[in-house]
Amino acid sequence: MKKALPYIILILLLFWHMALYAQDRFPRPEFESGHVYPTNQMPVPRAPGWEYFDVLVLIGALIVTTWLALKKRSRQGLIWMSVFSLAYFGFYRQGCICAVGSVQNVSLALFNTGYSIPLTALLFFIIPLLFALAYGRVFCAGVCPLGAIQELTGLKPVKLPKAVEIILAFVPFIYLGIAILFASTNSQFLICRYDPFVGIFRLDAPYTMIIFGALLLLAGIFVNRPYCRFLCPYGVLLNIFSRFAGKHLTITPAECTNCRLCEEVCPYDAIIPSDTEQKREEPERSRKRFILYFLLVPLFAVTGAFLLYNLAPGLSGVNNTVRLAREIRTEKKTGNESELKDVVAFKESGKTESDLFSEEELIIGRFRSGSPWAGAFLGISFGIGMISLTIRTKRNEYKPHQGKCYSCGRCFKYCPVKVKV
Amino acid sequence: MKEGNNKYQSRRDFVRTAGKLIVAVPLVIIPVFLAKKTSASGYVWQIDPFKCTQCGQCKTNCVLTPSASKCVHAFRMCGYCDLCGGYLRQGVKTISTGAENQLCPTGAITRKFVEEPYFEYTINEEICDGCAKCVKGCGDFGNGSLYMQIRHDRCVNCNQCSIARTCPSNAISRIPANIAYLPKDKR
Repeated sequence: MKKALPYIILILLLFWHMALYAQDRFPRPEFESGHVYPTNQMPVPRAPGWEYFDVLVLIGALIVTTWLALKKRSRQGLIWMSVFSLAYFGFYRQGCICAVGSVQNVSLALFNTGYSIPLTALLFFIIPLLFALAYGRVFCAGVCPLGAIQELTGLKPVKLPKAVEIILAFVPFIYLGIAILFASTNSQFLICRYDPFVGIFRLDAPYTMIIFGALLLLAGIFVNRPYCRFLCPYGVLLNIFSRFAGKHLTITPAECTNCRLCEEVCPYDAIIPSDTEQKREEPERSRKRFILYFLLVPLFAVTGAFLLYNLAPGLSGVNNTVRLAREIRTEKKTGNESELKDVVAFKESGKTESDLFSEEELIIGRFRSGSPWAGAFLGISFGIGMISLTIRTKRNEYKPHQGKCYSCGRCFKYCPVKVKV
Repeated sequence: MKEGNNKYQSRRDFVRTAGKLIVAVPLVIIPVFLAKKTSASGYVWQIDPFKCTQCGQCKTNCVLTPSASKCVHAFRMCGYCDLCGGYLRQGVKTISTGAENQLCPTGAITRKFVEEPYFEYTINEEICDGCAKCVKGCGDFGNGSLYMQIRHDRCVNCNQCSIARTCPSNAISRIPANIAYLPKDKR
C-alpha cells in the first residue's frame, strides 16, 4: 500500500489536471474590434397559468358531460363533447398531461422523496375520480381524449363472447398493478410509453407507436373501445369508483317496461338484463359458493403476493440502473466488452462498480417490498370478481352495469319510454 | 316475503355505503399526504450538459421529429478558433466552409469571420436535428462550449420523456419549470 501511494497521488493529480484542462484548452479571445458576444434565446416553457386553465376546461367538460348524460340524455351532445375533448385535450394539448398517466405521477410522488407532484397532475388524477364517485364514468363518456377517439371510430359494434370479455377485462388490473410498481420504484412510466394514441394526437411518433395505435383503432371499429375495456389502467379505478356512484345514467327516462329493446344494443356488454322470468339457482347453493369464494379471497391475495414477490427481480430489469449492473456483470463474466451505450457512458462517468451494485441491490429491494402489494391487489380483485359471479340479485328492470358503463348514451334511443316535458 | 326483501335491500344499501366510504378515503388521504409534496409550477425536462455523453440518442428518441433537443452555444466559453473541432470534420485538408468539410450533417452551423484570427460559430436551430456530433467534436478538441439543451418552445413536455428513458448517462431529469435551462456557462 505504501509503495503504491505515490502512484495513486500521481494518477489523482493527472485526473485533476485533466478536468482543469478540459475546460479551457484555448484561451478566450480578446476582441480588438469591439465584438460583443451574441446572446442565446432561451424560450420559456408554457406558463403554469395555462396548465390551470386546462384543469378548468377539464372541470367544465366534466360538468357538461354529466349534464348531457344524466339530465339531457343526449347521445348527440355526448358525441359533440367527444369531438371537443379530442380536439382540445388530444390534438391541441397533444395528450399530456392526461388523467390516465397521472396515476404514475401520484405513485411516484407517494413513494419517492425528491419528486414533488405538479398540482395540475394531482388535480387531473382526483377530479375525474370524484365525478365517477358522484355520477359514474362521465369522464370516459366525453372528456378523455383516448376514449373520445375510440368512441368516434367505433362504427360497427360486434359483441365478444362473454368468456373472452371476462378474461380480457382482467388485463387492465394487471397493467395498473405493474404500472404503479414501475412508477413508484422510479423505473419508468409504462402507461405513457405504451400510450397508443398520443402519436396520432401529435401526428408524429416512433412507427411502433403509430402501428399500435392504428391497429387498436382498426380493431375498435368492430370491438368498440378496445383500449378502455381491455387495457386502460385508469379505467380500473373509475370502474371501482363508479360502482358506488351516487347517481348514474339510466337507460330509461322513467320506468322500465321490460320491452327488451335495449337488450342487445350495448357494445360494451354493460346492460344488466332484468331477470324476472329466469330460473334462479337454489339460494342454498349460491350461498355456499359465496361463502367459499369469500374465504378464498385471502388465499388469492397471498398467492398473488407470493407470485409477484418472486417475479420482482425479473421485473426490476426495466430499471435502467439494474439493467446496467446486469450488463456489466455479464461483461465481466464473459470477458467480451459490451458495446451498449449505457456501459460506455458508465465507464466514462467514473463511478465505481461497487456503488452501482449497491444501488442495484437497493432498487431490487424496493421491487421486493412493492411487488407483494401489487400481487395482493390483483388477488383481491380476482377474488371479488369471482364473488360477484355468485351474487344474483332479482331485478325487474334493465340497468347499466355501473362499473362497465361508459355513459356513452347509445342505449337512449332504443328506449321507447318517453317523458313528456 | 316483503320483510325478507327489505332485509336484503338494507344489507345491499349497507354494502354500497360502506364501499363508497372505503373508496372515498384514498381520495381524501392522497391529497392530504401529498400536500407538502406538491409543486405549483410543475416540471420540465432538461439535459445536464455535464453528464451528457453526446451519444446521439436525443436525435432519434424524442417523440418529435426533428428532436426538441438542440445544440446551444455558450459563446463566452468559446475560443473562437479557426480550426474548430465542432465545425470541421476530423482530418480536413482545407479549413473552409465547404460542405465536404463540415461536421454537422445538416449544415446547421454558420461560421463568421470576426477579426484575425477569430471566427464565430452560431447554431441555426431550425436546421439542427440534435445529433450532438458537434458537441462531441467541441468537447474532444475544443473548450466544450457547445452543449445540448431541450428547447421548451418545441418540447411538448411528455409525462415521461422518451429520451430520458433511454439516456445512457441519466443526464435528462425533471427540473423545476422556473429554472427551465441548465446553461453550461453560468455555473
